[in-house]
Amino acid sequence: MTRDALQNRLIELAAKRFERDASTLSATDDFFEKLGIDSFQAMELMTDLEEEFDIEIPDYELQGVNTLAKLAEVIEPRL
Amino acid sequence: MSEVGAMSGNETPSGEQPSRGLRAERAEATPNVVPATTRLGAWQARLVGSRVFRAAQRELARVGVALPAAGPRPAVRVPDPGPSFEGRALRWALVPNAAGAHLEVELHRAPCNEIGTTALAELEALATFVRGGAGGAKALLLHSTVPKGFCAGADLRELYAALIERRAAAAGAGPIGRALGQLAIAHEVRGFVDRIHAVFDTLDMAPLTTVGAVHGFCFGGGFELALTCDVLVADKSARFAFPELRLGLVPGFGGIPRLRRDLGNAVVRDLLLTGRSMNASRAHEVGLVSQVVPRGSALEIARKVAEQACRFDLETTARAKAFTKPLPREALAREKDLFVEMIGSPVVEAALRKFVESTDVRPYLP
Repeated sequence: MTRDALQNRLIELAAKRFERDASTLSATDDFFEKLGIDSFQAMELMTDLEEEFDIEIPDYELQGVNTLAKLAEVIEPRL
Repeated sequence: MSEVGAMSGNETPSGEQPSRGLRAERAEATPNVVPATTRLGAWQARLVGSRVFRAAQRELARVGVALPAAGPRPAVRVPDPGPSFEGRALRWALVPNAAGAHLEVELHRAPCNEIGTTALAELEALATFVRGGAGGAKALLLHSTVPKGFCAGADLRELYAALIERRAAAAGAGPIGRALGQLAIAHEVRGFVDRIHAVFDTLDMAPLTTVGAVHGFCFGGGFELALTCDVLVADKSARFAFPELRLGLVPGFGGIPRLRRDLGNAVVRDLLLTGRSMNASRAHEVGLVSQVVPRGSALEIARKVAEQACRFDLETTARAKAFTKPLPREALAREKDLFVEMIGSPVVEAALRKFVESTDVRPYLP
């Protein structure tokens, strides 16, 4: 899966989890601000992603991650 | 949660009374008392209760300095809780099923069932009811109706407020007064932790099958509560973590010894030393949970587990459980010592302050 494809899939999954229109989201948006989510909801998204890609994402690798593009960087090496 | 009419605490749903022998055996098997302490704990209790300490308190009071209460707060006495209960943090009822009835216990306090003094008092009431025979139930089902999860752990805001209040009381007391104040804080924390351990030990050893239905956050003290259950059913949203090192602490409600008993030290170290959370699938792989089920179905499936447990003879269940799930008493006592030693450190205070005062929605912990 290419980085772009991964980012697009993350956008789809985030849109589904938080019931947004995927076309309004960008990989470089600060998802805490754009989606208005808190750390609890961010962890729900993380659980979705682990399930989707059948991987584990240690919480400590998510420190400072606030965009789907950065999230893709964390996930890509684990695929 | 449906209720089965008004019954006395020891009556079964069919109106039968459990045998006197069984009731006595239950009471003996699940003493709701402060568990075994260590030399450190005993020494601390003796010092805080000593005449010297009390004299120092009086002298300090004479110059207008009030130190915290010298002894642990007395355990809350709940007058003979019945088969149904409605509290601020917990509610429970006997729920009929095809094989009898199980006791269904619901955690329902937003935001995520944090365990503070209110929840503890109600958990103590639950422990008292369980020790009295749990209304004849052969299974206990513990779950949460809070959307965020099962339980996010100790009430850190309450803990921080109490620490600050006690520290402020001793602040003007000079070095000796501050040292005595620190000792009194440690003793008060020990009292709280002793009470938590007494409840958790009672649930852990209860001579019936205990089933936990877990979803969302199951962190810290909440994870430790889940670990008292015999069988865990996890919704796919469940996440388990010991984030205590992020606060400069170790888990203090018995989590490490219970997890080590059930899974071994490698899993404990992975979770404890990294603070990471583990999803339901991984928890299933390592043997922590018995079933992973679709989102929103953990309670329904846990009810089936409870119903199955109700088909068995209670004394047989109690004996099988006692054989397979020994209480790690020594490790639990050592964990309490370690927790109490650590709670007064500046590292903990700074981490708690950061948690309480943070308004950032992003994860703030290292």
